[in-house]
Amino acid sequence: MADPMRIRAVAKDGGVNVKILMAHEMETGQRKDGAGKPIPAHFIQHVSASWQGKMVLSANWGTAIAKNPFLEFNFKGGQKGEKIQVTWTDNKGDKRTDEATIN
Amino acid sequence: MDQTRRNVFKAGGGASLYALLAVAGMLRPDAALAADWNQKAFEAKNLKDAFDALGAGSRTDSIGILMTAPEIAENGAVVPIGAVSKLPGTESIAILIAKNPTALAASFDIPLGTEPAVSTRVKMAETSEVHVLVKAQGKFYVTKKEIKVTIGGCGG
Repeated sequence: MADPMRIRAVAKDGGVNVKILMAHEMETGQRKDGAGKPIPAHFIQHVSASWQGKMVLSANWGTAIAKNPFLEFNFKGGQKGEKIQVTWTDNKGDKRTDEATIN
Repeated sequence: MDQTRRNVFKAGGGASLYALLAVAGMLRPDAALAADWNQKAFEAKNLKDAFDALGAGSRTDSIGILMTAPEIAENGAVVPIGAVSKLPGTESIAILIAKNPTALAASFDIPLGTEPAVSTRVKMAETSEVHVLVKAQGKFYVTKKEIKVTIGGCGG
């Protein structure tokens, strides 16, 4: 199981600013190992964030997203103390969901 | 979990299709989710094919899209890119890097109530034009900027 995400959600001006750091290799499939064998691609393909059961962002990613991906966005509504959930799924079917409280 | 299932329904074109495939044992939920992922676009080797696969064969240059990115990226492995759309009815924002082995880096769906602005970090193989493609009210708009890369981020 992959390491937890770091999620910071801060309410301001009637909206919520969300910053997410995910722990993932984001291997492109272009690199070779020491023996000259290609290292298979391993990367996050889908990320979604929800608040109160409503989807607030959905993203599809390719291999060009940097290692240990960073993502920032803002949505309207959302109060201090409410929760948001973020889920990623990678190309090997591994997935991880983490929750954060808006503050 | 519920949220994920909802994506699956959307991606599968309807609950009945998903149920049918699931019953047939053809798809695991993860595989169904991946159907949402535009394989043709993400595997396109050049910019034109990627635009075409996204349905953006025809698009308009727009000053309503703002890209925040460095002029020079010292390290191509981590290049911060911010994209903001001022276009009304923005539905999605995509980031494409012309000279990467595969041009399309990311595509974000912007639901109603979410600001059409995202920031992330990408890898760049070499100095290249970076394009931000916005779909707004069913039409495609684009802006671009060249980012110089000192050390590439895709080789090994």
